[in-house]
Amino acid sequence: MQGTGLLSLLIWLPIVGGVLTMALGDGRAVAARWVALATSVATFIASIPLYTGFNTATASFQFIEKLPWIRQFNAEYYLGVDGISLPLILLTTFMTMPVVIAAWTVIEKRPAQYFAAFLMLEGLMIGVFAALDSLLFYFFWEAMLIPMFLIIGVWGGPRRVYATLKFFLYTFLGSVFMLVALIYMYLKAGEYSIAGFQALPLSLLEQRWIFLAFLAAFAVKVPMWPVHTWLPDAHVEAPTGGSVILAAIMLKMGGYGLLRFSLPMTPDASRELDWLVIGLSLIAVIYIGFVALAQTDMKKLIAYSSIAHMGFVTLGAFVAFDIQANTGNLAGAALGLNGAIVQMVSHGLISGALFLCIGVMYDRLHSREISDYGGVINVMPKFAALMVLFALANAGLPGTSGFVGEFLVILSAFKASFWYAALAATTLILGAAYTLWLVKRVIFGPVGNAHVAEMKDLNGREMLVLGVLAVAVLLLGVWPAPLINVMESSVQHLLQQMVISKIPVG
Amino acid sequence: MNPTLLLWIPLLPLIAAVLAGLFGKLIGRTGAAAVTIAGVAASCVLACNVMKQLLIDGVPTFNGAVYQWLVSDGIDMQIGFLIDRLTALMMVVVTFVSLCVHVYTMGYMHDDPGYQRFFSYISLFTFSMLMLVMSNNFLQLFFGWEAVGVVSYLLIGFWYTRPSAIFANMKAFLVNRVGDFGFLLGIAGVLYFTGSLDYATAFKAAPQLAGETLTLFNGHAWPALTVICICLFIGAMGKSAQVPLHVWLPDSMEGPTPISALIHAATMVTAGIFMVARMSPLFEYSDVALSFVLVIGATTALFMGFLGVINNDIKRVVAYSTLSQLGYMTVALGASAYSVAIFHLMTHAFFKALLFLAAGAVIVAMHHEQDMRKMGGLRKRMPVTYWTSLIGALALIGTPFFSGFYSKDALIEAVHASQRPGAGYAYFCVLAGVFFTALYTFRMIFMTFHGKSRLDHHAEEHFHDVHWDMKGPLVALAIPSLLIGYLAIAPLLFGDFFGNAIIVLEKNNVVAEIGHEFHGPVSFAVHALSTPPFWLALAGVVAAWLFVLKRPDLAALAQMRFNWLYRLLVNKYFFDWFNENVIARASRMLGNALWKGGDRYAFWMIVGLVLLLGWFLLGL
Repeated sequence: MQGTGLLSLLIWLPIVGGVLTMALGDGRAVAARWVALATSVATFIASIPLYTGFNTATASFQFIEKLPWIRQFNAEYYLGVDGISLPLILLTTFMTMPVVIAAWTVIEKRPAQYFAAFLMLEGLMIGVFAALDSLLFYFFWEAMLIPMFLIIGVWGGPRRVYATLKFFLYTFLGSVFMLVALIYMYLKAGEYSIAGFQALPLSLLEQRWIFLAFLAAFAVKVPMWPVHTWLPDAHVEAPTGGSVILAAIMLKMGGYGLLRFSLPMTPDASRELDWLVIGLSLIAVIYIGFVALAQTDMKKLIAYSSIAHMGFVTLGAFVAFDIQANTGNLAGAALGLNGAIVQMVSHGLISGALFLCIGVMYDRLHSREISDYGGVINVMPKFAALMVLFALANAGLPGTSGFVGEFLVILSAFKASFWYAALAATTLILGAAYTLWLVKRVIFGPVGNAHVAEMKDLNGREMLVLGVLAVAVLLLGVWPAPLINVMESSVQHLLQQMVISKIPVG
Repeated sequence: MNPTLLLWIPLLPLIAAVLAGLFGKLIGRTGAAAVTIAGVAASCVLACNVMKQLLIDGVPTFNGAVYQWLVSDGIDMQIGFLIDRLTALMMVVVTFVSLCVHVYTMGYMHDDPGYQRFFSYISLFTFSMLMLVMSNNFLQLFFGWEAVGVVSYLLIGFWYTRPSAIFANMKAFLVNRVGDFGFLLGIAGVLYFTGSLDYATAFKAAPQLAGETLTLFNGHAWPALTVICICLFIGAMGKSAQVPLHVWLPDSMEGPTPISALIHAATMVTAGIFMVARMSPLFEYSDVALSFVLVIGATTALFMGFLGVINNDIKRVVAYSTLSQLGYMTVALGASAYSVAIFHLMTHAFFKALLFLAAGAVIVAMHHEQDMRKMGGLRKRMPVTYWTSLIGALALIGTPFFSGFYSKDALIEAVHASQRPGAGYAYFCVLAGVFFTALYTFRMIFMTFHGKSRLDHHAEEHFHDVHWDMKGPLVALAIPSLLIGYLAIAPLLFGDFFGNAIIVLEKNNVVAEIGHEFHGPVSFAVHALSTPPFWLALAGVVAAWLFVLKRPDLAALAQMRFNWLYRLLVNKYFFDWFNENVIARASRMLGNALWKGGDRYAFWMIVGLVLLLGWFLLGL
């Protein structure tokens, strides 16, 4: 299906809006923030036809745009979406709005530039999900680092320089390996199109190296244990909006990369090395679950919780091979892949909401330490109700979106091995333990101290932001079918790509 | 059956909960009470109508979808209802007890600032519990299962400024999550072996599954159904508070008393019992799983009963009694006497809700005093509460003709008839348990209502009997506590009431076996006068009379002579100590060690991983 330029609109509208916001300058902060809001809302509205016009019956790319870009390298400005990228694009356009609204009057330092950075980031992130040309993908992938680097570096906390450098070095070093792999495949294929790479026959040895190069890039982004240590530092130093986007969208790039690049481009190596990804996933769920329990800083706790939840994404993505080995067929494998994608979307909403909640408290008390709080419910009942809801969602409560992905992945993992499912299911206990303990210490109890006693309940703006997210979390939990329906064809197609060997015969 | 009508049954309490919860300020205290009571009353009437349709009009079982939750990989996950007589019975019990508790709450929570919130929660609970029992698939069962858990969490921590309450609610949730861990694996197992989450499909596949195995450890194959059923039962152990996952229930008494009656006695905690009965087509094919159920239940029934004997907090005595009675029901499940378990669930729901509400009335009258040592002689001052409590107590200890008698005696008979490994132990436990049940129950009655008044100055000054908004529900619950056993035993146990809802294999059918001896409820009761349970119960009452009223010094003496035993019981067998000082502490220490140690050396782990991969790649 030929597109109508819709994807280009989604990419460039926020970038242009960002430039405009910046042009208005910090002196005209009021105008800048209204432009920022208008842009983010317009982008979201513009992304709705993407869903309504999407044909769920086919796995082929839709809303395609194709223009020559760098002729020497045969690289194209090639965009399109399928059932895997569509939910993530919608998540991006959706989550940028609360970030803008939440920052409304809170950011006093260079407000126009702050809004501009987020808008540009939005466009670039949509570009990552929409790119069907690897070089274009890589361009967006790296370009995206710049605004985030600035967001943490300019508006961050006291140790922001350390955190930004660590963030940058980890993600950049990982990406270099990916670039090498892409160039290698370009030299073999003569083009950069992702579909071309997916169809490119590769020997097992080639696949192994390419798989590991991709893994280096994507594992850092997910992040998987043990390359996760940049994330808690980045979250702690980032401003609220930075944390929200980091957790809600940027972490999803890793999972998306595994689904778009690793699995279909190097299926044989994926099968051979799936124990590695599954092992690291289960370590993420359990090891990081315990680490989260030990946190004293709210943001760090949610950051570690994110790593544990991302473990379900990587587990669900790679469990198919063992299902085939264990049962002789692929029944149930799509559940894992669907679960992985739902988990990404859901985690985007829930972790975003939780970081916003922490931001709400931080704005009032200027502390992220759990021990500085206690009994917040006494002074902020509305806030407490929403925070408890998001906390329960984080603990995977049925009826919230947090349940859907974990449930599907556990069902799927059981088909591969009872023990995968059993180890993954420990999240029921660990996730509840660290989340509810946080709630107990921060929200419940008698008023903790004089500062807490002075906290004011949510204002209308904050209520709007958290309320909308609460509705989304509940809606997706009660009725996930509209989301799953979009993904199903593409997931089945991906599964076919995964099980057909790419090793050239003879 | 009309699906729309069915839908309204859970929906009405949900709507009421939303109204009272979100618009509590707007509709006010009276509005919140009115809307929730109207909602649950309407749903109670509708539930009774459903029961009438099934029972009298002969309407067939309803099994249909409400909407599609999601469909993926050819697996259709739906929200839907299965309405057979087992479901209908649960619906009537849940809505009726809930209605009584709603009305009672008007009085009990009268002065509480969280009045609307409380009504919202209990209506939300009613919705969740109805979704649980009405489900026709494992997914919705788990939904309801977790939803009732959350409402329980919110209600235990209702008075959120009390440190003990917010500790208890977190503990309750986490211990339940340990059970849910097993439950979820059981559900995944069902999907793995049957390819569906629908009850009907899964149950149909059960006989063929009997031969399937699952390799858990290298070369050691387990029968699939044994693994599935034990996993599912672990879920039931959490929700229905079976040893060792029972530790949350006594602490849940931190919540307001109405919810102790509704959630932690009559309905939610019996969800595990209901679930196993519902899964009888699966459990029947695993003798190992049923033996496991039997032993766990028997242990809970006896050893939790002991703890009731030494407690002085009126609510905790009733709570330990609930634990013990849940153990009884579990024993019945383990003996394949599912219908008896459900029968006891029903009678227990009425008389235990009654006892809790009566205890709550005493607590209110005493101006929030729960220590029985400071009560005494309340018989004359709260006559309605006394007489209804007495009915509840007599039902609980199994006095002939009272409701609890029929269910408990049938239960003991069924265990006696069972040939399953562990049945001998279980029979001993449930029999011995009868004595201790009578002992703690009448110790409570005597300490509270009889003897001399031991009220302190404060309680004396503020003492006032409760109003009819609280006494009314007591009377309403006393009637079924008295009569329901007599009326229901014949149809429920021996009259094929449950039809295909409960499946029992011929070789396991102990209920049919005791049915040969059954010649109507009157002769059943008369016959019981010459059997051990009756005399054990009588001995228990006499012992209670002796220790509490006649010779209180004997109790003190026994406490001194058997101090080691007393310490063991007061410390509740050291379960809490172990959980808090070993499991919780070790988890926190492990978390700290992994964080401080592991993340610091993350760089070296990356290096190690790279080396490992290099070795792997070069080695190939």
